[in-house]
Order: sequence, then C-alpha cells, then structure tokens
Amino acid sequence: MVRARAVRHVMMIRAKNAQLTNKLGSAVSFLGLSMAALAPAHAESGWSLLNMTPGVTEISRKIYGLHMEIFWICVAIAVIVFGAMIYSIITYRKSKGAVADVTLVHNTTVELIWTAVPVAILIFMAVPAARTLVEIEDVTKTDLSIKVTGFQWGWQYDYLDNGVSFYSHLDRKSNKARELASGIDPNTVEHYLLNVDKPLVVPVGSKVRLLITGADVIHSWWVPAFGVKKDAIPGFINEAWFKVDTDKPGLYRGQCAELCGRDHGFMPIVVDVRTKEDFDAWVKAKAAEQKQAEAPGAAPAQAEATASTTTG
Amino acid sequence: MAEQHSHAAEHADHDHKPHGWRRWVYATNHKDIGTMYLVFSCIMFFIGGAMAMVIRAELFKPGMQLVDPQLFNSMTTMHALMMIFGAVMPAWTGLANWMVPLQVGAPDMALPRLNNFSFWILPFAFCLLLSSLFVPGGAPAGGWTMYPPLTLQTGASFPMLIFSIHMMGVSSILGAINVVVTIMNLRAPGMSLLRMPLFVWTWLITAYLLIAVMPVLAGAVTMMLTDHYFGTTFFTAAGGGDPVMFQHIFWFFGHPEVYILILPAFGVVSEIIPTFSRKPLFGYEAMVYATASIAFLSFIVWAHHMFTVGMPLAAELFFMLSTMLIAIPTGVKVFNWTTTMFKGSLTFEPPMLFALAFLFMFSIGGFSGLMLAIVPADYQYQDTYFVVAHFHYVLVPGAIFGIMGGVYYWLPKWVGNMYDMTLAKWHFWLSTIFVNVLFFPQHFLGLAGMPRRIPDYAVQFTDWNMVSSIGGFGFGLSQLLFPYLIWKCVKSGERVTSNKVWEGAHGLEWELPSPAPYHSWQEPPSDAVIARGAFH
Repeated sequence: MVRARAVRHVMMIRAKNAQLTNKLGSAVSFLGLSMAALAPAHAESGWSLLNMTPGVTEISRKIYGLHMEIFWICVAIAVIVFGAMIYSIITYRKSKGAVADVTLVHNTTVELIWTAVPVAILIFMAVPAARTLVEIEDVTKTDLSIKVTGFQWGWQYDYLDNGVSFYSHLDRKSNKARELASGIDPNTVEHYLLNVDKPLVVPVGSKVRLLITGADVIHSWWVPAFGVKKDAIPGFINEAWFKVDTDKPGLYRGQCAELCGRDHGFMPIVVDVRTKEDFDAWVKAKAAEQKQAEAPGAAPAQAEATASTTTG
Repeated sequence: MAEQHSHAAEHADHDHKPHGWRRWVYATNHKDIGTMYLVFSCIMFFIGGAMAMVIRAELFKPGMQLVDPQLFNSMTTMHALMMIFGAVMPAWTGLANWMVPLQVGAPDMALPRLNNFSFWILPFAFCLLLSSLFVPGGAPAGGWTMYPPLTLQTGASFPMLIFSIHMMGVSSILGAINVVVTIMNLRAPGMSLLRMPLFVWTWLITAYLLIAVMPVLAGAVTMMLTDHYFGTTFFTAAGGGDPVMFQHIFWFFGHPEVYILILPAFGVVSEIIPTFSRKPLFGYEAMVYATASIAFLSFIVWAHHMFTVGMPLAAELFFMLSTMLIAIPTGVKVFNWTTTMFKGSLTFEPPMLFALAFLFMFSIGGFSGLMLAIVPADYQYQDTYFVVAHFHYVLVPGAIFGIMGGVYYWLPKWVGNMYDMTLAKWHFWLSTIFVNVLFFPQHFLGLAGMPRRIPDYAVQFTDWNMVSSIGGFGFGLSQLLFPYLIWKCVKSGERVTSNKVWEGAHGLEWELPSPAPYHSWQEPPSDAVIARGAFH
C-alpha cells in the first residue's frame, strides 16, 4: 500500500513537473513499453509485466511478431502526430505573440498525401496479418483430437481417440483462498487462480486439434502461451489447434475468456505438455484406469449370469 | 436555476412561461429540456461512477475482499449500461437540444412535445433498471452486451433489463427524429448545409445512426425476451437457433452505437479548437465527408467484436480489412484538428484543455483499436484488459472529455455567468492525470494475460491493478468538482458582458446575448449575421 502510494507519488511529481502532462505521460509510457519489448521474455515481478510474450508455438511467435510490428508502427505515427501537436501548442501560443494565419484552411495536396500514406501503411500491416490468419485456420493434418467442453464452472476434456475423459476444476487451495473473508493470503497459494486438479495432458511437437464446445453458456478456451483462444458455444463445435515447440515441454496456464456467470474468473486451464513417450504412457495408463473404473460394474453381473446358468 | 432575462423579454414571455414543477414536467422549450437531459446525465454519471468504484475497490488487491462475484458481475454490467445509456447518450442529446436550434438559427426543436416525451421516458427507464438491484437474483450480471445463453440465466431482473432498454431506445429514436427534422426543416434561410457548424453536422449523422440501429437492439432483446418466456428458440441451438446470431444482431447495433457515442465529441472538438486557435477549422468539407465515411463504415465492421466465435476465414478477413479502413477517415480528422492549431494563436482556457486532452488520448485509444483490428493478434487481446483499456480511452478521455469540454465552452452562454476558471483547470488536470493512471496500466494487464470481467486475479497482476484502482479513486473524486463548479457558476459566477464570451468564437450562438434569451431566433438571423457567424 505504501509502495503503491510511493509509486503514485513519484508518477504525480513526474507528471506535475511536465507542462504538457498527459503528452509526456504518453511518451513515457510508450518508452516503458518499448523497454519492456527489449527486455527478456520471462517476467516475474508485477511491475515488469508489460507485454505479451512470444509463447511456445510458431503461431504464438507469429502473433507476437504481428503485435510488436503494429505497435512500433503506431509509436512511429504517434511520434509524428503528437510531435506536430506539441510543436503547435508551444510555437503558436498567443502569449508568445503568435498571430493566426486565418487563410490556412485548405490544402488539397497535403490532404491527399495524408489519406494515401495511411492506406499504404494499412496494406503493409494487412498482408502478414492475413497470411498468419490463413495459417491459423488450417486445421488439417493434426496428430490427435481432444474434445473440450466448457461448463459452469470448469472444463471437461475427452480424448476421442483413447477413451480418456475427465473434468478439470480450479484447484482446492485456490478455491478455498478465494472465498470472501477466507483469511488466506493469495500470495501464499501456489499459482493462485491458475491451478487445476487435473490438467490437460498433450504431447510436445504434435499438432493437437481441439474440438471446443459449451455445455450451458458460452465460455472461451484461452492459453496465451499457445496463442489459442476459441469460444466454447453450446450446440456448436469450434476447431482450434496448437503445436508446442519440441524443446518446450512444461506446464502452461490459461483462463476462461468469455463471461459465463458467477465463477467466470475461477475456471482456469492448465496444459501439461509432455514428451511423446511420457504422453503415450500417460494416456495408456489413464485409459486402462478409466476402463477398470467401468469394469467392476460389469464383473458382478457376469458372475451372476454364470451362477444362474450353473444352478439353473 | 437562475435565469437572467432582459427586462423586456421577461415581460414578453412572463405570461406564457409556466413556473414551478410545471415548467419542467410540461417543458417544451429546447433550453429547459436540454438542461434536464444534462442534469439527468450528470446524476447517472455519478451512479455509474459509484459502481466503477466498487469494481476498482474489489480489484485493488487479489483475493475477494468486498463483494460476492455475482454482485461484482452486476456492477460491471450496470456500470456500463448506466454510463452508455444514462450518462453519455443523454448528455449528447442535452447538448444537441441546447445548441442545434441556436446554431442553425431556429426558434426551437421541430417537435417540442415529442422532445418533452423523449426526455421524460428516461427517468422512468432508469428507475426500472436501477430497482433491479433489489429484486431476487439481483441486477443483471451478464455484461452490458447481454449474450445468451448466460443472460437467460438472469433472475427476476430480466424483464426489467429488457423493458428499460426498450424505453431508452424509444427515447433515443424520437430524439434523433427531432434532430433530423429540426436540421433539415428549421435552418435559417441563409444557413446552407455546408455552412453549418461541425457540431450540427456530427449530430445530423449521429441521428441517422440512431434511427438505423436502435430498432435493431430492440429486436435483439425482444427475441431474448420471447426465448425466455414464450418458448421461442432464436438463440438456443437445441431448438434450431444460434447464440452467435444474437452477437451478430447485437453488434450490428453495437458498433454504430459506439460511433453514436463519439461523433458528437468530434463535433464539439471541431468547434472548440478553431475558437481557441483563432483560426477556422482546417478542411471543413473533408471533416464532413470523413464523419459521413466513419458513419457508413461503422455498419460493416461489427464482427470485430466477435473474432473468437469461430467465423469462417473469409468473414474474419473481411471484417479485419473493413475495421482497419476506419482508421483512414479518423486519421484525417486528427490531422485536420492538428493543422487547425498550426499557425494559429492559441490560448488554453478549460474548453481548449479538454479538447487537447481529447486529441491526444482519443488517438491513443485509436492506436489500440488498430491493434485490436488485426485478427491473429486479437486472439490474444479479446476479452482481456487490453480491450477494456482501449474502449475506456476512447470513451472517457474521448466522449466524456468531449461532453465536459462542450459544457465548459457553452455554459457561459447558457447561464450568463463565467465559472471559476482556476477550479475548472484543477478539474481538468486532476481528471487528466488520474484518467491515465487509471487506464494506461490496463494495457499492460491485458497484454500480460489478465481476462476481463473477473473479480479476482492471479497475484502477478497485483501491482498494475493497484495503480489502476488508485487512479480510479482519484478520477472519481475529482469529478465532484464538476457539478460543484457549475452550481457555483449559476449561483454566484461573474457576469459575462459580451455575446461572444470567447475571443475567437464564431457561430450563431455567439450572436445572441449571454444568457441566451428563453425564446431565441424568433426572427431568423439575416444573411449578414450568418456570414459573420460562419467561419468558413
């Protein structure tokens, strides 16, 4: 609280000292953001969390590249336009004796230029964006398919090829801590609000296809590190895919990204990206486990049938 | 309200002007109705603002501290509904009521009794909406965007939401019709269309947008009403319907709606900057055509609010390109305002301060809007605080500062007194500093991965949320200066002696005395007066 006040105090002093406060503030913020862009991708502390990260898939990297390219173009335009504004504000003040040139009301040439140049800039932005979009929409040649169902309030994962199915909820420690007046400091909870009991497990380096739907209201499955976000709509199936770089196994976290009711903020996503061998072993074990869970129901019935035939 | 009439004028209309509550309930005078819209909008602004304070208080630290998540969702929903439909739209209608007749040389709006009805619907609509906070199930909590199926889970407040929206829609449509008819039919004979002030032009275009899209919103929410109560399945897949169709219909309204919220601000800024630069608006015709282009384009970009629903590739490409196109006419306007200042003679009274802040910060909102248009990047921005930052930049230092700038610009004309300039400058600087502290960090939060519409968040988002909340409290408190200032001006402000009030002001409203007489332009202004008023 004191630290926050100190930060705000510093920001206010910095702001008040500048004559053209908000303009300088914008410039400072842009500088801050650009410094963050040059900073290492992984940020731990809150203050340094300023930007998107490149992520762990080729698509997420392309998205990051588009994001930064558009950002820098906007910075360049801002420097020129805000520069012109600041120049006019300083140079053409009545208090400095400026006299208005009331004849400066038209200039067709300049107007044509500042219409045509932005069009050219937009075309320059649109081409790589369209290319990346086409790539994202190509859901062919996938290695495995998983059905993802959003419900109030968690996710259900069905491995369609393997007969594995389970629910994924906010993990118990987070769930307890988030209650009103829980008395538990969120900072003591590991991965507060970003942890689940059963993560989605996928193999690294494989093109994983997700078939996303909703059970009750619209949800949205989002993992920033993959660059994937797709709405989960009841009655419809949306396709998305991701392929994690082979050298980047690990845990990746995301959240529901469409308002879905009271606990919209409390249904996170965790993806456990494993090596192909680990994944194969896991899926085999999980499938067997789930078959066994169904089997005891069948066994007594079979034994009864045998008994009745022997006695009968 | 202190009204100071010349002695003769007072005798003339003393017999005809009602007094006491009848003056306001039966009002047909555009100035009285304009005043009521503005006072109403100010009250709604503070109620919506209080809800924002609840939101920022809950988000001050991680961990739930104050409210149940359901109530939090109601706060975000109601905050938006109050601000959009209760604060910004009525404020613009209030400014239109006051200024359009004065600026075109008309004695009043074309349809004065319809005008009265348009206003008086609103207090009823908002009583209905606000009382939904107290019914079982609480206020609507599905977002101001009201997507089904979630909104169909709303409790007893559901019909209150739908019917209050119907009423607000009727008010807007009738008000818009009034504006169009007034501008097209009641302009003084010498006031041709391309001589009208930009504020009138932007309101003319805004009025057409309102007439076009408010019925679409009514249609969408009525279909939800019948889905909920009468067994239709417009938005239920199980019955052959489609939840995404609601989104298409809603945003077909929704996108022109956000231009409805901002175009009058473009008009106000186009009046203020020439006045305080002592120089005509640069490129008047281009400004008119740019505004018309923006309005036209606003009809073909709606699905950029829905890039993650799973639209076909061709649709996503189309909406990406059309959305990017809007940057062109908007950019032209920004360049024209800048060039108006270039080689001018600038002074920095409060209206100019607000207009300049608008210029800078609306542009920042425009840049984040361009980033959001890029579909693959939008997959990371959609439903995060990056979007929240974008639209608050265009709506708060955009629309709200436009409204405040307009009030500071025209208040002396309405009241006949000058307000306390020092206090107004305090209001400006506190608002500007705190609005940036409040919303700029939200860009960082969104990019770092914080979703929107959540009452609690992972601990790495703490620091910037804290800064944003402090900005929120500061901004909210600073706004108390605004009604105080206005009240002080009315009660005891220094008398304004000239018609012109501001040295560089041009336009028919500045040909009238301050305060403007209760009945003005009962004889249309002559060509000579119009020519003197027109700056282009």
